Amino acid sequence: MAEITTLHYLVVAAALFVLGVIGVLTRRNVVIVLMSIELILNAVNLNLVAFSRMWGNLHGQLFAIFIVVDAAAEAAVGLGILIAFFRNKETINVDEIDLLKW
Amino acid sequence: MNPAMNSALNSGMAPVATPWFFYALAGLAVASGLAVITRRNAVHSALALIVTLLSVAGLYLMLYAPFVAGVQIIVYAGGIMVLFLFVIMLVNIERSSKDRQFNRMWPVGLAAACALLALFVSVIVKGKAVLNDPITGKALWPDPMRLPESSNTQQVAAMLYGQAGRMGEYTFAFEIASLLLLVAILGAVIMTKKKI
Repeated sequence: MAEITTLHYLVVAAALFVLGVIGVLTRRNVVIVLMSIELILNAVNLNLVAFSRMWGNLHGQLFAIFIVVDAAAEAAVGLGILIAFFRNKETINVDEIDLLKW
Repeated sequence: MNPAMNSALNSGMAPVATPWFFYALAGLAVASGLAVITRRNAVHSALALIVTLLSVAGLYLMLYAPFVAGVQIIVYAGGIMVLFLFVIMLVNIERSSKDRQFNRMWPVGLAAACALLALFVSVIVKGKAVLNDPITGKALWPDPMRLPESSNTQQVAAMLYGQAGRMGEYTFAFEIASLLLLVAILGAVIMTKKKI
């Protein structure tokens, strides 16, 4: 079997990214939308680590770690907003979140 | 890394991570990623996402990035997903699992995602040559010795915190990241308080 190269990892990451985008654009449940965002961030991380391997240095891995930090912050704030919203409107569906709609 | 060890590694030991591992982990990641966005029950989605995260951690191990794999398992699968499950338990309502799972504009969203996929495919097909060495034409894929697994964590630490009294390349970014986490904690606490 052929050796696994950067290209293989790029294909996997592209697939995960597109799955995440589909989740963000089509699902109604906000929690699942947030999980899809995590999927997208993971795809980016996989790309960064694969390129880090390709160039033989660690900068990509460092970036991946910072993105994990970012994902943690995003999840904490996003879920906080979700709880605050659920307390006010008793719904977690994206298309019912329209208080700011004019 | 001394040359003797290098040659011993190159000649004697076959790599543990075979292509089969890659295909198994990649297939598992994509399949459970598909489950994340199709399951009706949010708890099932969260569990599928944990499987995806763990298989991506396995892919990091195959890429000689054990520290990132550890961070992935501890922070993502351990921390963030517990937070997600906790919030699902808090806000899960019976009604939401019975009515429509996709919003009214889902064909548009799907079409946009397919356009994105087409873009990715064309970029990968056209940019394939960039991934190859311009002189030899072989895939740019350095010898594993250039990314030694055993001292990976040490090197990451040297870049993050600095070494021998000097600041590392990413020390400043690290401080900013900690500030970001502090702001996120404050934001989450204030957001979830009933009365501020």
